[in-house]
Amino acid sequence: MEIVRSQRRNGSDGSGSAASLPLYKSAPSLEFRLEEFGQYAIDRLRVLQAISDGLSRGKKPEEMENLVSEQWRANMKHQDADKTLRKDIISHFVLRLVYCREEEMRRWFLSMETALFRYRFRLQNAEAQKSIMNELQLQYNVLGNAEYETIKDKLTEAARSVNFTSNPETVFYKVPFEDVPELVASRRVFILKGFAFVPRNQVVSLVCTIFRSNISKALALTNRKWRAMIQDQEKDRIAPMVEALGNVYLGPDYSKPKDCAEISLKDINQLASTSFPLCMRHLFGKLREDHHLKHQGRMQLGLFLKGVGLKLEDALAFWRAEFSQKVGAERFDKEYAYSIRHNYGKEGKRTDYTPYSCQKIIMSTPSTGDHHGCPYRHFSEENLRAALNKMGVGGRAMDDIMDKVRNRHYQLACTLTFEATHGTSCETGINHPNQYFVESRKFFESKNKQSQPTA
Amino acid sequence: MTKEKEDNNRDDPMQIDSNRVPTGSLLTDYLRIYYGKFFPYTDMFKWLAYGNDGKHPGCDSSYFGRREFSFTINSDIDEVYLRFQSFFNASEMETSIKAKCPTKIDIGAVYTVDPAKRHAYAQSGFNPIERELVFDIDISDYDDVRYCCSGADTCLNCWPLMTIAIKVIDTALREDFGFSHILWVYSGRRGVHCWVCDSRARRLSKEQRSAIADYFHVYKGGENSLKKVTFSGPLHPFLARAYTDVLKNEFEKWVSTQKLFEHEERFHKILQLIPDESVVSELAEKWQGNSVRWEHLKHMLQSGSKKTQGLRRCIEEIVFSYTYPRLDIQVTKGMNHLLKAPFCVHPGTGRICIPIDPKKCEEFDPTSVPTVAQLIEELNANASIGADNYVEKTSLAASVHLFRTCFLEPLIKTCKDELENAYNTKIQQTKDSLNW
Repeated sequence: MEIVRSQRRNGSDGSGSAASLPLYKSAPSLEFRLEEFGQYAIDRLRVLQAISDGLSRGKKPEEMENLVSEQWRANMKHQDADKTLRKDIISHFVLRLVYCREEEMRRWFLSMETALFRYRFRLQNAEAQKSIMNELQLQYNVLGNAEYETIKDKLTEAARSVNFTSNPETVFYKVPFEDVPELVASRRVFILKGFAFVPRNQVVSLVCTIFRSNISKALALTNRKWRAMIQDQEKDRIAPMVEALGNVYLGPDYSKPKDCAEISLKDINQLASTSFPLCMRHLFGKLREDHHLKHQGRMQLGLFLKGVGLKLEDALAFWRAEFSQKVGAERFDKEYAYSIRHNYGKEGKRTDYTPYSCQKIIMSTPSTGDHHGCPYRHFSEENLRAALNKMGVGGRAMDDIMDKVRNRHYQLACTLTFEATHGTSCETGINHPNQYFVESRKFFESKNKQSQPTA
Repeated sequence: MTKEKEDNNRDDPMQIDSNRVPTGSLLTDYLRIYYGKFFPYTDMFKWLAYGNDGKHPGCDSSYFGRREFSFTINSDIDEVYLRFQSFFNASEMETSIKAKCPTKIDIGAVYTVDPAKRHAYAQSGFNPIERELVFDIDISDYDDVRYCCSGADTCLNCWPLMTIAIKVIDTALREDFGFSHILWVYSGRRGVHCWVCDSRARRLSKEQRSAIADYFHVYKGGENSLKKVTFSGPLHPFLARAYTDVLKNEFEKWVSTQKLFEHEERFHKILQLIPDESVVSELAEKWQGNSVRWEHLKHMLQSGSKKTQGLRRCIEEIVFSYTYPRLDIQVTKGMNHLLKAPFCVHPGTGRICIPIDPKKCEEFDPTSVPTVAQLIEELNANASIGADNYVEKTSLAASVHLFRTCFLEPLIKTCKDELENAYNTKIQQTKDSLNW
C-alpha cells in the first residue's frame, strides 16, 4: 500500500456521498499497521462468508438484508463512523489483493462483494442512494416527459407484471439494456429499441451492475500488478499474509479426493444406492436406463464421480460401457471420450474442473430431455415423492421434506433426506453433493467398525 | 449403380438420382461439385469481414483472419473434426474448402489473435472478443406436443412451430433489443438458426447473452417437471405481444391440425396443466366425444366462477406450453459455441441450409428446399443447353439473392458507416491530444 498524504474527509475517492457506502474506485492513500492488514481482512471475510452461506440456503432478499446488517454490525462497525469507513476501505483492498490471484477466487470475491454492496445499498436512505447514483453519473439518464408519454402504457404493463404500481411520479431511468442484465433476464423491465426503462425501485440492479463491472476490471488489473511487481517486492512482508488469508475460508471444493476415497467400478452400483444424493442417483439411474445423458447431465454426474474418487481410466470405461449400448463404442470414442478427458484436465486448457456445488446445481436450468439440476427444485411434487419413495423415505420424514421444498429450502430438504436414509442427524447441512457422499461413507465406515468384534 | 469417376471430366455430366440422399463417397463427390460451383465464397467473406475488406484506412485487415472456423471431414473410414481453422481472405477460404471438402462447416468467434497461431501466446492472450448473437431452434424439442412427426422428421403440419418461433423472436430482437441485421437460416433438416450481426450484438459479453437468453426463456423444466410455463400475474409486454399477435391464433390452428381435443391422451395432457381438481373433473365428465371441448375449456377458465389462485392465467399457460419457442439456451449463452454455416449441405437430407426471409416465413416450405443432387442436375441441364451463368439459373440463385438483398447489403452499408465514424473519431482524438 502506498504511504502518502492523509485522506481527505469529504473525499471523492469512494468515501464521499453519505460517507457510509464507498465505491472503492481507487486504492486509498492511507497509513495503517501490519496487524490491521490481517485482522481487518478476516473480519470482512466473515461477512462475505456469511453472505455466501445465506445465498446458498436460498434466503430471500429481506432476510439477506437483515443478515448483512447484523454481520456488518458484528464484524465491521465501530462507534466512530470514520473508523468504520477506514476499516471498510482497507479490508476491501486487502481482500482484493488476496482474491485477485486465481479465476475461481476472483469470481467468488466479485459475487460476494457485489452482494454485500447490493444489500448495503438497499439499506441506505433515499438521499444516500441518490448521492451514490450521482457519483455513477446516472442523473443523466432520467426519462424525459415527452418520451414518457409515448410509452407509459407499456411501462404500466411491465410494472404490473412484477406486482408494482407505478404512478406519474415514478422516476424512470433510460439505460442501454446491456447495463441491467438481471432485469432483462427476469423480464422485470420494459425494453424498447435496445433501451431498458428502469423504475426508481429497481435501480439497485443497475447500480450493482455498474459496481460489479468496475470491481471486475479492478481485480484484473490488481492481478497483473500483483504478478508483475508486488508479489516480489513484498515477499517477506505482505505476500505470506496474502497466501495465508487465501486459504482461510474457501472450504473444500472436492476436486482432489482424499487418497483413501478412491472407488472402483464394481462398487459403483452399491455406492449409488446407498451414498449418492438424489440428484446424482437420478442421473445415474437415467444413464443406466437410457444409456445416454445430455451434456449438462454428463457434466454434473461426471464431475461428481471424479470428486468421489473415480479415476480417469475407470470413468472412461464406465461411460463407454453405457454409451456404447446406445451409440456404439466407436462413436463414444470419437464424440464423448474427449470431453471426459477434458473434465479431468487432460485436454485443451487443462483446467481441472471442480464438481458442482449445490448452489450451482440449484441455479441450473434443465430443459427438454434433461435430467440434471436439483430434484428438490426441478421435479414436480409427484415425481419427487416417487423418487424419495424409491430411496426408502416415507411417512413423517416425507412430509417434512415436502414442506421444506414448498418453502424453497432445497438443501435443507436434501439434508433431511440424508437423515432419513441414514438414520442419523447431519449437523453441518448439505451444500455440496460430494459432501453428502463423504458424510455418507463416513457414517457407513464407522458403523462397520462398530459392528466388528473387538479383540 | 453409376461409377462416380466421371466428375473428373467436367464435360460429361454425372448421372444423378435427385431423389436419393447421397452418403459416403457419393456425398463427397456431390460436395466437390457443390463447393466447386455453388458455395458463395465471396458473399460469406463479405459478411464475416464486416466491412474490413476495404481499402479505407480504418479497416482492420487482420479481422477476418482471426475468426475461427471448424470443418467436419468424412472419409470412407472415419470422421475427423478440425477446429481452429482460419483464413486470411476469401481466396484462402475457398482453396481450403475445395481441398478438404468438409461435410459440415461451423463458424466460431473472432479471437484476439489468429486461432491457428494461438499456441504462440499465453493462455490469457487468446480470447474470443466478438461473436454474433445466435439462436438454435430444433423441432425435435417439441416432440411432446406434436403428433404428426417425431425426432428428426418434420412436415407441413408441424413446421408452423418454427414459423411461430421466427415471428416471436425476430419481432423481439428488432422491437425490444433494437437489432436490425438478423439472418435466419434453415438448418437443413429439423430447425432454424438465427444470427444477429449488429456490432452491438457481436460485442455482447457472456453475461449479457445469458440475460437475453433468459429473457426468451419461458418454457422451463426438464423431463420430470409437469408444468413448464407458469404465469403468476399480468404478462410482461413482450409476452403479451407474443400472445396477442402470434400465439393465440396459432394455437387455435394447432388444436385443429393436431386434433388435440379428439384423442384422450392428447387432451389429458392439457388437463394436467390445470391446477384445480374440481375444474378438471367437471370437464372430464362432460366431455364424451365432442369437439367443442376447447371452447368449453376456455369458457370455464375465463368465467371467473372458480376462485382458485392458479387459474387466472391458465389459458395463456396452456397456449404458451404448446406454441412458445423452445430455444437451446446454451447455444445463445456461450461466446465460442460453434454453429453451422449458412449454405452448407445437410448430410442427412442433402438439403442446402438456405436463408429464410422472416417477413415471409409463413411461405417457407422445408420440404421443397433444394437438395445438392437437385442443384447438380439443374447445373447439368443448363450446361447441356449451352447457357452461360448457368449457376445463376439454378434454384440456389433465389437464396443467394435473398441473402444479398435482405441481409448482406444493408449490413455492409452499416459496417462501412461505422468504420468511417470510428476512424474519424480516432483521428479527431489524436488531433485534440496534440493540441498544446
